[in-house]
Amino acid sequence: MHGQRSRFLTVMITVGLAFFYIPMILLVVYSFNYSKLVPVWGGWSTRWYKVLFQSEEVWSAVSLSLKIAIVNATFATFLGMLAALSMVRFGQFRGRTLFGGMLMAPLVMPEVITGLSLLVLFITLKQVFGWPENRGFATITIAHITFSMAYVAVTIQARLTGMGQSLEEAASDLGAKPFKVLTAITIPRLMPALVSGWLLAFTLSLDDLVIASFVTGPGASTLPILIFSRIRLGLRPDINALATIIILVVAVCIAIAALILFRQQQRDLLDQQLAKREE
Amino acid sequence: MSNQIKKVISMNVKTLTLLPGYLGRKIQKNWRVIIITIPFVWLLLFFLFPFFIVAKISVAELKIASPPFSKMFEWTGNGILSVRIVFDNFIYIITDDLYFNTYINSVKIAAISTFFCLLFGYPIAYGIVRSGPLAKPIFLFLIILPFWTSFLLRVYAWMGLLSDQGTINNILIALGIIEEPIQMLYTEFAVYIGIIYTYMPFMILPLYANMEKLDGSLNEAAADLGSRPINTFFKVTLPLTMPGVIAGSLLVFIPATGEYVIPDLLGGGNVQMIGRVLYNEFSRNTDWPVASAVALAMLFLLVLPIIVFQYYQGKSVEEK
Repeated sequence: MHGQRSRFLTVMITVGLAFFYIPMILLVVYSFNYSKLVPVWGGWSTRWYKVLFQSEEVWSAVSLSLKIAIVNATFATFLGMLAALSMVRFGQFRGRTLFGGMLMAPLVMPEVITGLSLLVLFITLKQVFGWPENRGFATITIAHITFSMAYVAVTIQARLTGMGQSLEEAASDLGAKPFKVLTAITIPRLMPALVSGWLLAFTLSLDDLVIASFVTGPGASTLPILIFSRIRLGLRPDINALATIIILVVAVCIAIAALILFRQQQRDLLDQQLAKREE
Repeated sequence: MSNQIKKVISMNVKTLTLLPGYLGRKIQKNWRVIIITIPFVWLLLFFLFPFFIVAKISVAELKIASPPFSKMFEWTGNGILSVRIVFDNFIYIITDDLYFNTYINSVKIAAISTFFCLLFGYPIAYGIVRSGPLAKPIFLFLIILPFWTSFLLRVYAWMGLLSDQGTINNILIALGIIEEPIQMLYTEFAVYIGIIYTYMPFMILPLYANMEKLDGSLNEAAADLGSRPINTFFKVTLPLTMPGVIAGSLLVFIPATGEYVIPDLLGGGNVQMIGRVLYNEFSRNTDWPVASAVALAMLFLLVLPIIVFQYYQGKSVEEK
């Protein structure tokens, strides 16, 4: 539905975008403030970035968060892909309703409930099997995979439904076995969705505070846990500096993901036009 | 004797060499089952099963032990299995004023925030749908971008704006509107701002997806028949976008009710919400049975109705 946008709607979009972006811009600007009191301007300086880079605590939190995010994204993409294939391509199977429900539930589940239930699971597992010995990297990663695979599955499901089945049908008409069709046609065509799903899971993991706080143990602080423990006591200029760096990194990741999806869309459009011309 | 052994060994070696091919054929035959089973088992173990443990703890008693609750099954001396289930925790959270009021307060805050997200999000989504083919993806990207930058930092940004020496107070004082800073941080107002700010994209995106499919000719037909734009909006556009309104409202309302970070950082100790109480109950008081009962109550009162609703919604769409 295209058409004229009334002045009222234009004003609403402008105000809305200003509302979204002004707080973030101020956050970045104040990271270059010399003053120790965040809201009091004391001249431009990069002093808080130096403070930040010298902090060993920050570096170890960053490295833990990145390790978790990478492992999480890889497993979540794999599991999410299998789940999406099951839901979209396999028709009815026993337990499909339960499976679909469990797959979608993490999207609406309040984080405190997910976090609490996973913590009691890990404690019970430790009592019964003696594993996990210490909570930290492994438990946070498992918790993250469980909720981020739902987001990945949604992304891949949308792509699977969008790309249709004509190429798959053509391949099996030419004698390819179903498993061959899957590995030679379906998965390669899913590549853009897999990449954006991976990036999605990666950022979700980097962003999570509540679930990680529940399932972590003493000594294992992810970056959000570290930030949260510091800003609970008030504003801190070094956190503004850290925020600026994080915003920059995330923006770059999202821009890459958007570009990949955009190019795929263009290619699909071209394919459709070519197909039409041949008809 | 040795011949026989040789025979057995050679047979086994033969079987071993056949194994990869056999496994390959097995995978070829059962690959669908394998693909379904892996994520299915993962979700059963790490998503569904934990809720049964939470349910089990919610009917236990608080005990000074590690973990701090009584056992459900215990072998008594005579080889009799005793099963211990108490519903005290549920009675406690229903009769206790703190929990009841906190729950009502969370629902109230989430509902009012959802209303404001809808009030502002609706025209923004409608404006994006009405934009030209060039502006549309740019606007969409700009709406999605803050949604992916750290949630925690977006809340932190508002701490800087709302604090006593923060940007908003500074501007108001500089303009001469107020003389003393107004306390905005650590109030319910700050919590509303925080929720509306962080959850707005969840409202705009489903609304946009729904409006994108609207048929513009319906509006033209209404105008041709003499309907004024306001009238057309309430009689045609709004009813048709109801699915988007419902989806967006649910995506805001449910997580906002259980919100922990926003009431903690922007509300300080002054705003009680159920997510925060649950977290504190678990980490500080270590009253696990009560915390588990709160979690289950939340699950049944909040999440289950939504899942049932979605299920029937999905069914009616499939039937059409």
